[in-house]
Amino acid sequence: IMASTKASKEQKYDRQLRLWGDHGQETLENAHVCLINATATGTEILKNLVLPGIGAFTIVDGHTVTGEDVGNNFFLSKDSIGKGPDKLLDNDSEFFHRFTIVIGVQLPESTCLRLGSVLCSASVPFLVCKTYGLIGYMRLVVQEHTVIESHPDNALEDLRLDQPYAEFQNHIKSYDLDSMEKKDHSHTPWIIIVAKYLEKWLSEHNGQPPKNYKEKEAFRQLIREGIRKNENGVPEDEENFEEAIKNVNTALNPTKIPSAVEDIFNSEQCKNITAQSPSFWVMLRAVKEFVHNEGNGSLPVRGTIPDMIADSQKFINLQNVYREKAMQDAAAVSKHVESLLQSVGKVWPESIPEKDIKLFCKNASFLRVVRCRSLAEEYSVDTVNKDEITSCMDSPDSEMVFYLMLRAVDRFYQQHSRYPGVYNYQVEEDISKLKVCVNSLLQEYSLNVNIKDDYIHEFCRYGAAEPHTVSAFLGGSAAQEAIKIISHQFVPFNNTFLYNAMSQTSATLRL
Amino acid sequence: MLVDGDTGSTSDWDDRWNHIKKFLERSGPFMHPDFEPSTESLQFMLETCKILVIGAGGLGCELLKNLALSGFRNIHVVDMDTIDVSNLNRQFLFRAKDVGRPKADVAADFINSRVPGCCVIPYFKKIQDLDETFYRQFHIIVCGLDSIVARRWMNGMLLSLLVYEDGVLDPSSIIPLIDGGTEGFKGNARVIFPGMTACIDCTLELYPPQINFPMCTIASMPRLPEHCIEYVRILLWPKEMPFGDDVSLDGDDPEHIQWVYQKSLERAAEFSITGVTYRLTQGVVKRIIPAVASTNAAIAAACATEVFKIASSAYLPLNNYMVFNDVDGLYTYTFEAERKENCSACSQVPSDLHFSPSSKLQEVLDYLTESTSIQMKSPAITTTMDGKNKTLYLQSVASIEQRTRPNLAKTLKELGLADGQELAVADVTTPQTVLFKLCFTS
Repeated sequence: IMASTKASKEQKYDRQLRLWGDHGQETLENAHVCLINATATGTEILKNLVLPGIGAFTIVDGHTVTGEDVGNNFFLSKDSIGKGPDKLLDNDSEFFHRFTIVIGVQLPESTCLRLGSVLCSASVPFLVCKTYGLIGYMRLVVQEHTVIESHPDNALEDLRLDQPYAEFQNHIKSYDLDSMEKKDHSHTPWIIIVAKYLEKWLSEHNGQPPKNYKEKEAFRQLIREGIRKNENGVPEDEENFEEAIKNVNTALNPTKIPSAVEDIFNSEQCKNITAQSPSFWVMLRAVKEFVHNEGNGSLPVRGTIPDMIADSQKFINLQNVYREKAMQDAAAVSKHVESLLQSVGKVWPESIPEKDIKLFCKNASFLRVVRCRSLAEEYSVDTVNKDEITSCMDSPDSEMVFYLMLRAVDRFYQQHSRYPGVYNYQVEEDISKLKVCVNSLLQEYSLNVNIKDDYIHEFCRYGAAEPHTVSAFLGGSAAQEAIKIISHQFVPFNNTFLYNAMSQTSATLRL
Repeated sequence: MLVDGDTGSTSDWDDRWNHIKKFLERSGPFMHPDFEPSTESLQFMLETCKILVIGAGGLGCELLKNLALSGFRNIHVVDMDTIDVSNLNRQFLFRAKDVGRPKADVAADFINSRVPGCCVIPYFKKIQDLDETFYRQFHIIVCGLDSIVARRWMNGMLLSLLVYEDGVLDPSSIIPLIDGGTEGFKGNARVIFPGMTACIDCTLELYPPQINFPMCTIASMPRLPEHCIEYVRILLWPKEMPFGDDVSLDGDDPEHIQWVYQKSLERAAEFSITGVTYRLTQGVVKRIIPAVASTNAAIAAACATEVFKIASSAYLPLNNYMVFNDVDGLYTYTFEAERKENCSACSQVPSDLHFSPSSKLQEVLDYLTESTSIQMKSPAITTTMDGKNKTLYLQSVASIEQRTRPNLAKTLKELGLADGQELAVADVTTPQTVLFKLCFTS
């Protein structure tokens, strides 16, 4: 039965396993999500987490279902009565500690602040979502989120042509382009070709590689001249040489540790390894040690090469040179992991399996750490991000205006115990009341920005509506961010996302 | 159930449409310049407006739900597929017990039972099986397709419905087309007003043709596990016919995939290639595109928002193309795709084909299939000569293919074609023939 369940899960989840793998799927199946408020937005988010196989979920909702709710919510057809988050926190401050992530929907600021602080001390990520009229809003609150597998769209290759390691150098030496048979010559991998001609160039240019456009052009020409000619002096069709020429630009990129990774190396968590350090930091520190020792200033070799025109044997042999070096480097990193763990009284490899270290090394250039400011920092007058707000509002129609309007609307709710414009007769008169809230918000934060009256009118028109299609858009977006947090794959947004369904535009702000 | 006097419909309850009414019954500063708030828009949407959803898969299921909860009650849905277990991670109207049943039928059943008053009518058919009379009845058509060929066909169908009087387009003949597409964590939503804004073919370059591995790589110098799998699919299977003569490879048959997998492993071992797995084998053979619920949810939501805007005229619609990507944070980009002056689908003017009279017909055929702006699949070329219709080349009927094949090797001059001659080309990518004009170069 176990085997058939596993097989049918493989089939069912096939299309998503190709994105985050079996190990990613496992994190989802071990997760317990908490949804606060089963509104249309909330249930749409939950649906998009249940479908990919989230292990467990808990819904916290103190509201009674209304006719309006059944109108926009696909999952409601009868009443549900329960306790809300504030009451839960009053009774049991540790209620939320058990969850992998808490998603709070349509919550007032005061509840968000309270939850944000509780969840921060429990290290539970918190995702705030709100649908208000045609506007969607998300805010991620997580102190520190590490990502090993960020799966970048356009990653640069790690070819080491500028600083070939010993085994690579030996492999290059094994080729003699000039004496090769025609078939071998035109099926030599472009990496070898560039390496050979680079050697030639370096010897003729004082050890200096081609740097500017002119020099790179000359280098390309040098390679082009290497194309064999037939008996009439006409260059043969050697696609591998064309590939070499096309790849010169990227091939000559100096091997460098990306600045994002350097920043991570300089974090406190990397400098102070303790028995409580999560494996990410232990491995990172080990890689840093590697960089300063065996790596000679470079990260462990990634070990992959792109496909290229070549006969099978030459390609596989070249690929193996990179793979073996990657394994060697990973083994060296493992040694550093071992001694780090020993120094804090832990055992290797039980604490950090070798396959985890290999995965880490393979992704060393793509590591990311996402740190989101707390809500307290965002809301406090002393630490509000004035610069971000004022610079965005230089364009008065920027999505930032919706953020400010949502803040103003919350104030309205605090003052009047209701949202503006819910009933038709309220729309006109609430405009001036909402404007007062807007102005008091701007004043409190000393924000010298102008919010057009049109937006104030529009937010009264919305009447706190939660239309299904806007809820559904947020439902998809928020669910995927939650999956990123749970799986530690792909990079979550940082830290505020606004969606405008009127213009189908969006923006990510850091507040 | 309570009767709501406003809507005049007996299956509504109090406040059911409150969320939507705010956009239909109130004015606002961003509304469409032609919009008049009233209670009639809701009436129109509930009772009269007819929407066609093409596809009841990843996008289709979401679209049906979105439309049903946005006040649309007259919805038709077309899908030629049956439910597969691999659909269940995102096509939420389906359950394990539904596997094997037509998607359109099951989707319609689910929505009709869950959303009181909504009437979804299913069609378990290919879009090509339905004709202009069918398509003409809809106010708006929204597509959740997984094939560019199908999109282009739909695009061509709506273009064929356009009525021109004295060269002026009759706006009442325009059926807006909203098109959504997704692939993994990427997606797009676009709004097309046929005859007025950029059509699918105007932006064909946004869909570059699928790149296949070169045959010499597959046949004699594989380097990647994918090459080994393609070798078995393209070369070994036809040679060995492992399940009987004339039994072609069926990507949905696990026994077939298992055979391909084993043979691919053998091929890979020969060349010391690692990485062939069952999952990779299936992915290559079926050309599987990864898919998740979240991207489909977001894109279908954006499309449904546009349907709502256009049906109600409450806001200006998306103008006209939105791209979505949530691999790194969430990224959207919205731009106005421009009409192509000489678009082979919507420009109404025959596109020029520049060839020398000594070019062979084969070259013309290659151009029609390989050009990124035309990308036909198996064009059938006809022309009028001496007042009579003459087929120059047609692939889809074996007898005609045989008869016209020698024409491919003949030059345009030899075929009797003159400068300025119009060629009518038919293809799966369009329901109408496309006209081209031969322009001889020296």
